[in-house]
Amino acid sequence: MTSTASRVGGGARQRPSDARQERERSRRRASRRNVRSALLFLSPWLIGFLVFTAWPMIYSAYLSLTDYDVINDPEFVGLANYAEMATDPKILLALGNTAFFTVVQVPLYVLVSLALALLLDRAGRASSFFRTVFFLPKMTPPVAVGVLFLLLFNGQNGLVNTVLGWFGIDGPAWTTDPAWVKPGLIFMSLWTVGASVIILLAALRNVPEQLYESAKLDGAGFWRTSMSVTLPMISPALFFIIIVNTIAGLQTFDEAYTAFFGAGNTTYSNDAALFYVIYLFQQAFEFLHMGYASAMAWGLFLVIMIVTAIQLIVSRRLVYYEGER
Amino acid sequence: MTGLDVDLPVGGPAAPGPKRDAALPAAATAVPPTDVEALRRGGRRRRGKATRLFAWVALALLGVVFVYPFVWLVSASFKPRSEVFDNRLIPETFTFDNYVQVWQEAPLALWLLNTVIVTVLASVTVTISSAMVAWGFAYFRFRGRGALFGLVLATMMLPGAVTMIPVFLIWNGLGQVGTLTPLWAGNLFGSAFYIFLLRQFFLGLPRDLFEAARVDGASQWAVFWRIALPLCKPALAVTLVFEVQAVWTDLMRALIYLRDTETFTVPRGLKSLVDAFGFGGEWHWEIIVTASVITTIPMIIVFFLAQRQIIDGVASTGLKG
Repeated sequence: MTSTASRVGGGARQRPSDARQERERSRRRASRRNVRSALLFLSPWLIGFLVFTAWPMIYSAYLSLTDYDVINDPEFVGLANYAEMATDPKILLALGNTAFFTVVQVPLYVLVSLALALLLDRAGRASSFFRTVFFLPKMTPPVAVGVLFLLLFNGQNGLVNTVLGWFGIDGPAWTTDPAWVKPGLIFMSLWTVGASVIILLAALRNVPEQLYESAKLDGAGFWRTSMSVTLPMISPALFFIIIVNTIAGLQTFDEAYTAFFGAGNTTYSNDAALFYVIYLFQQAFEFLHMGYASAMAWGLFLVIMIVTAIQLIVSRRLVYYEGER
Repeated sequence: MTGLDVDLPVGGPAAPGPKRDAALPAAATAVPPTDVEALRRGGRRRRGKATRLFAWVALALLGVVFVYPFVWLVSASFKPRSEVFDNRLIPETFTFDNYVQVWQEAPLALWLLNTVIVTVLASVTVTISSAMVAWGFAYFRFRGRGALFGLVLATMMLPGAVTMIPVFLIWNGLGQVGTLTPLWAGNLFGSAFYIFLLRQFFLGLPRDLFEAARVDGASQWAVFWRIALPLCKPALAVTLVFEVQAVWTDLMRALIYLRDTETFTVPRGLKSLVDAFGFGGEWHWEIIVTASVITTIPMIIVFFLAQRQIIDGVASTGLKG
C-alpha cells in the first residue's frame, strides 16, 4: 500500500487503522535512516575500536601464549611466559619498585594537592595567579622533568642538597643511591600536582554556601565543619584523583626512563628505578620478547583492575554523592 | 550515581530527555560536573584577615618552590659548561653560546618541525573525529546506545601496554615504523576521553535547535557541521589544547616508532641528548639544559594562550593521563 493516505485532504475519508499503520511504517523508516546516520557518525570510533583496541587485545592475549621475536613466526608455548614471570627476579623487582612508588606517591600527591587547593580557596583574588604558578609544571614535557630531576637532585651539587645544606642537613645521593632514587622521583613528581589542585579547588568552590552557614549556626568549629561538610562534599573529586593517579602511578615510565635508562646509561643504580612498564618496554622493544612482554601487559592489566575494583568497593562506603539516598 | 548528563536549563526537549546511561565505569562518573564558574569566583566566604594573610604567605613560599626549577633551568642555559651546576640565580658568566651551539650539536630545528607536524595533524584529526562520534552519541537515539557508550568509557581504563605491541605490529606490517605516521594516525578514529568531554557539551545544547534545522531540510551532516560544531567551540578548544599538550610531550610512542635521528620528535630528541651528553656520555649538560628550555617553552606559551580552556577543561573532566 503506497502512501496515498498522506496526500493532503486524502486523510478525511481514511480509516483510522490505515493511518496508524502508515504512521508506524514511516516512523520505522525514519528510525532506520536514523540508525544509519548514527552509525555514520560513530564509524570512526567503531573502526578504531575494532582495529586499535579489540583486535590488539585478542592478539596480545594470543601472543602472551607464544614466543615471538617479530622476525620468526610466533611459536605456541602455552602458559610458559606466565610461569617464567613468576620466577623472573626482575619482575619481582619491578613490581616492588612500582608498588613502593604508587603506595608512597599517591597519598603524598593527594595531600599536597589538597593542601594547595585549600590555601588557594582562602587566597581571595590572588588565587588565580597562584593557580597558574602551580599548574605550569604540569605543562612541562616529562622528558624535561626527568632532566630536571637529574640536575636538581644531583648528590654533589644539586640545588636540593644545597638548600638542605643551609639547614645543616647532609642530603643523600638522590640519583645514585638505590635507597634514595625512588623517594627522589616521588618528590620530583609532586612538582606536577597542578591538575589535581585545579580539580580540588573547583570541588571546594562548589560546596554550597548554605552548608557552611548552617554548620556555623549549629556551632560547628573548623575541624567539625571540615570533617562533616567539606570532606564529604569534595570526596568524589578526591576519589577521582586517587583512582586516576593510582592507575598512572602503576604505569609510571617517562621521567624514570629519561633519567635512568636508554642508550649507554649504565653508570646508575637503575635497578632501583626499574618500574614495571619500563621493564615491559625493554622486553618488548629492546629484547624483542614480544610474547613475554604481552604476558607482562596482561599481568599489569589484571593488577590495575584488581586495585581499581578494591578502590571502588572502598569508595562505596566513603564517598558521598549528591542525589544519592 | 551518574553525574554525566549536565543539567543545563534547556528548553524542555519534546521527546523524553536522554536516559541516564547505565553501565558506566564508576571512575568515569566519579567527578560530578563541576560548575566551572565557581573557579572564577574569588574567595567566596568572608574569611578573617589573618587567615588570608597566612594563605598568602604560604602560597608565596610554595609559589617560589614551584617556579624555581624553571628559573634554575633558564638561568643554567645561559651559563658556560663549567658553571651549569653552580646553582647561582644570575649566571656569573652570561653567555648566549648554548643557544647558538644547540642547533649544531643536534638537529633540533628538524625535531621541532617534526613535532609541529605531528602535533597539528594529531590534534586536528582527533578533534574532528571525536566530535563526530560524540555527536553520534549525543544526538541520535538507538538501541544499545548506553551500552556502546559504556564501552567507549571502558576503553579509557585499558592500560596502553596491553595494545601497545599488536598496534606496533600493525604499523610494522604497514611499513610505517620509522615514520611519523604512527604518532598521529590513530587519532583519525577519535579518542575516548575527548568523546566523553564533547558529548557532555553536546548534551547541554538545546535539542529543538537541531530538530528545527532538520525540519527545514538540513542534512544530518549539515546539522552537525554547521550548527552543532560552531556552538561547541569552547569544548573543541579544550580538546585541541589538551591534545597539543599530550602529543608535544609524548615520549613512549616516539621511543617505539622512531629510529633515525632525522625523524625524532622533540621529546625523543631530548632523550637522545641525555643519552649522548648526560652522565653516561660526554657531560655537555649545558646543551641538555638549553634543549630542555627550548622543548618546554612552546608548552608554556600554549598554556598562556589557552589558560582558560586548560583550567576549565581540567576542572570539569580531569586531565588526560
